[in-house]
Amino acid sequence: MVEAHKLEKRFGDFVAVDGVDFTIAKGESFGFLGPNGAGKTSTMRMISCISPVSGGTLRVLGLDPATEGAQIRARMGLVPQEDSLDLDLTVLDNLMIYGRYFDLPKKVIRQRADQLLEFAQLTERANDRVDPLSGGMKRRLTIARALISDPDLLILDEPTTGLDPQARHLLWDRLYRLKQQGVTLVITTHYMDEAEQLCDRLVVMDKGRFAAEGSPRQLIGQHATKEVVELRFEPGHHEEIAPRVAGLAQRHEVLPDRILLYTDDGDAALAEVAAMGLAPRSTLVRRSTLEDVFLRLTGRTLVD
Amino acid sequence: MTSAPPVVFEHGEIVQPRRVATPMWLRAALYWGYQYKRTWRSSIVTSFLIPVLYLTSMGVALGSLVDKHSHGVSGVSYVAYLAPGLLAATCMQIGANDTMWPVMGAIKWMRTYLAMLAAPLDVYDVILGHLAWVAARLGIVTTIYLAVMAAFGTVHSPWAILALPAGILTGMAFAAPMAAFSATQEKDVAFSTVYRFIVIPLFLFSGTFFPISQLPRLLEYLAYVTPLYHGVALCRDLTLGSGHPWVDVGHAAYLALWVGVGYAFCRRTFAARLVV
Repeated sequence: MVEAHKLEKRFGDFVAVDGVDFTIAKGESFGFLGPNGAGKTSTMRMISCISPVSGGTLRVLGLDPATEGAQIRARMGLVPQEDSLDLDLTVLDNLMIYGRYFDLPKKVIRQRADQLLEFAQLTERANDRVDPLSGGMKRRLTIARALISDPDLLILDEPTTGLDPQARHLLWDRLYRLKQQGVTLVITTHYMDEAEQLCDRLVVMDKGRFAAEGSPRQLIGQHATKEVVELRFEPGHHEEIAPRVAGLAQRHEVLPDRILLYTDDGDAALAEVAAMGLAPRSTLVRRSTLEDVFLRLTGRTLVD
Repeated sequence: MTSAPPVVFEHGEIVQPRRVATPMWLRAALYWGYQYKRTWRSSIVTSFLIPVLYLTSMGVALGSLVDKHSHGVSGVSYVAYLAPGLLAATCMQIGANDTMWPVMGAIKWMRTYLAMLAAPLDVYDVILGHLAWVAARLGIVTTIYLAVMAAFGTVHSPWAILALPAGILTGMAFAAPMAAFSATQEKDVAFSTVYRFIVIPLFLFSGTFFPISQLPRLLEYLAYVTPLYHGVALCRDLTLGSGHPWVDVGHAAYLALWVGVGYAFCRRTFAARLVV
């Protein structure tokens, strides 16, 4: 569906995407993870043929975005990071007018709109203006709108950013259904749980490059241990205790409020901590998550 | 959580490709038509009321004084002189207005253009569609205006039918350059400046209310350069059946030049703003 080779995006001297290679197969759901400014959105905008490619090659649906953008976009649905709904029009009119952009007959748009409103749980709001709807509703409408052309490829740029947990779970459920129906999904996110839920395969982007690539399980396997032990001592003592427990794990990390021990057997490590006579205020043994991988690969420094 | 139906669209729904695909720019123009559906009633009423009020107060009431003292202007009653000037000036205002805030909104606030660009439309379709819609709206307003003018007995020539395209052309001579300018703006503060220092002075001094020969020589030359003067002169020649055909062709060509140059700038500024 999508093939990129040494793909680049530059804005003047700034390199947003620095020569990345990837292939997205039909029916796959592919994720781009990364901190803000990693180049996720730039990559997405190039795939959606909105933003011209600065270097390398890109083929989407077998076509060239530079010359066949309109044909590509006709078979693609885009959910941009910021909603671009018409706030003055009704929910239904937003779908109707969007269908007209694809030159679908009115009758067809109307039929699909009914199905999509049901899918997005917006049937009761069909004739309400969009403006007063909640963030989750607007997001669901944006997704419904992107589906009006029955696309082969659906691109979602941070689909659930800014939504409350209920709204996020509802959206995930809807996206999961689409995935099961064989729609190819391309998703950017900085929520690890979202990536674990939805993506078959993902890349972690950092400073315009891919820091890692694989399925969520593979990435955890490669870049993290099976389990993580979190030890909290009295504030200020972490630096001094860390060297003593470091030997218990394959890798450790000292944070201001806790020490993390990366190990394949958390309970055993914890037992040894106790055997050393250390008494942390609290302990936690948990499975590694993508978040551990993500932070390991992209660092803990805040990126603005 | 209630279960949702699948979105795989019902079988049997066969989407026949249209025999003739709707041009992309027309699909964009349809959006603005959709928007207009919300406000068309008040818009039509306004389009009626404005000329009626102006022609009554300035054309008839004030005009009777002018007619008494100077026996009309350029050989016709003041109201007949004023009406085509106001028509052109109204077209200027609509042309400028509809390409200031709506263009900015479609870029920044509502991001309508971005929604279009995510569909098969490209940036040129977006520009053409918007300008086509402005032209259509100018057509509606001009038609109503001409009807009101006829009711006031100010249409003196069958050539007045050509005042319809002339009004549209006048409005577009402002719409195209204004749209190009709006696409470069980050905030809408410049718009009120444009209004204060361009639109209103032009409205007052481009031959709408009095012949520009009344102006000091320097301002008179300045008025010749502005598109509104040529729009006013063209509309006036057509509704009064006065003027020389070649001069009117010249007026129209000058207005068309503004539209063309404005459109060329639009292609640059829209692309710079939207295709990054």
